[in-house]
Amino acid sequence: MCDHGVAHAVGGAFGVRHRLLVLVNSLAIFAALLLLWQVVIWAGHIPSFMLPSPWRVAQVIDERFPALAQSFIITAASASAGLVASILAGVAVALVFAQSSWMRRLLYPYTLLLQTVPIVAITPLIILWVGPGAGAVTLITFIICLAPIIANTTQGLISVDENFIHLFLMHNATRGQVLFKLRLRNAIPSLFVGIRISAGIAVIGAITGELFAGSSSVGRGGLGYSIIYASQQLQTDYLFALIVASAVLGFVFYFIVYFLEWYFLHNWHESARTPEVE
Amino acid sequence: MSAQARPAHGFTVPQIEFAGVSKKYDRLILDDLNLSVAKSEFLSILGPSGCGKSTVLKLISGLTPASSGRILVDGMTPKNARETMSFIFQDPTLLPWRTVRANAGLGLELERVPKEKRDAQVDALLELVGLSHAGKAYPRQLSGGMKMRLSIARALATDPRLLLMDEPFAALDEMTRDRMNEELLRLRDEQKWTVVFVTHSVAEAVFLSTRIVVLSANPGRVHADMPVPLPIPRTAELRMTPEFEQCVTTVSRTLWEARSA
Repeated sequence: MCDHGVAHAVGGAFGVRHRLLVLVNSLAIFAALLLLWQVVIWAGHIPSFMLPSPWRVAQVIDERFPALAQSFIITAASASAGLVASILAGVAVALVFAQSSWMRRLLYPYTLLLQTVPIVAITPLIILWVGPGAGAVTLITFIICLAPIIANTTQGLISVDENFIHLFLMHNATRGQVLFKLRLRNAIPSLFVGIRISAGIAVIGAITGELFAGSSSVGRGGLGYSIIYASQQLQTDYLFALIVASAVLGFVFYFIVYFLEWYFLHNWHESARTPEVE
Repeated sequence: MSAQARPAHGFTVPQIEFAGVSKKYDRLILDDLNLSVAKSEFLSILGPSGCGKSTVLKLISGLTPASSGRILVDGMTPKNARETMSFIFQDPTLLPWRTVRANAGLGLELERVPKEKRDAQVDALLELVGLSHAGKAYPRQLSGGMKMRLSIARALATDPRLLLMDEPFAALDEMTRDRMNEELLRLRDEQKWTVVFVTHSVAEAVFLSTRIVVLSANPGRVHADMPVPLPIPRTAELRMTPEFEQCVTTVSRTLWEARSA
């Protein structure tokens, strides 16, 4: 750190040791938090239905793993289907928006509407129209993921350096060539900003959707549905297991998007450059 | 070398003709510009900032229309003549997501040249500008000089007969700039393009050009139109000769007059 020459000389080993240290520290903090949790239960004589011990939560994850995994997969499917649909539709809408400022002025208020109307307010309508279950949850996820994709992609499509446009015009580029070889490529970093935001809210949206839109068959549903079910049955230990599963699902989404962003941008874009690439 | 009102190239067909061209944005930029550029001329445009030097290039390329007057390139309107020209911008204008090869081939790709033909041409051009080893690199990995060479390679790929250059070497250090100047002339001796070159540097204009037009500002008008009476081909040693020095002095004085005109 203090001496560049030395840091370079031991480069690889230094990096590995550094990362190992970070890992050990993270695990130590995690262990300390679990310990604190346990100490609170002991000291306060808190009953298990109010706050189960970390060990009990681990046990219930093991015991009810098939049910937990099923809920996890159902929510993951709704969240990813909604997210992918919102990316496809959002990019398509952004391509239309990019055509003219007139189009944007005319249609942009509607994307604001998507963001400002609370999703829980229209959930009853969605259930009324498509019925409860995975379809409704996917639709809810789709709706809340759409606005960030549209806004960010549109921004990327229209903020192209004028010189690039001139370059394309000088080669008699068609409108399609300017759109696909210039604007769309230019918009990919902004699209990923949108996807990152939407991936976060996709998981939250799917679980929230499931709280209301639940399941089409009793006893079988995603994490949100099971959370309601577990809380009604006062299965607090399983409720904790579901919360852990929700957090894991959020992480999985985050890392998939992080990896895709790195994969598509690391060659050329500043935002995705890791120090190791230098 | 004296300032003369009109070019004395009566025996060649003008490739570019400006007849009474004016350009107005929110103010009058160019006023009643009459100018013709003959085939194979290397014309530099000098002038104080705000005289509309760059606007002249945009008018020739049809990137902006004239407010009044008539512009012909190869007897056609600028837009229709675009196939014969290439524009080299002050910024290298490289697409950051494309490799060096893909950037060099952009023009050919846009003009729908088949891939095999494109590849052969790109290979030859990267060789020509000394970037063969960097084909797979991305623009961010290149130095300023390499970026500009790539920008030039891309412009040459479509086999232009007219090159429009807008202060292409302004961002480079002096040594790199001198070397790029020499390389540009070497390429031009082989390819015989007509060049319209906008610059702030008198020495650069004198070294490169066969003719220099000095514009005055507010609004831009032709203040002086002078041939450069230095031998061709030009070599790096020319910069050290008294003749070169004298030319630079004359042009500098004209530029100073244009500023106070």
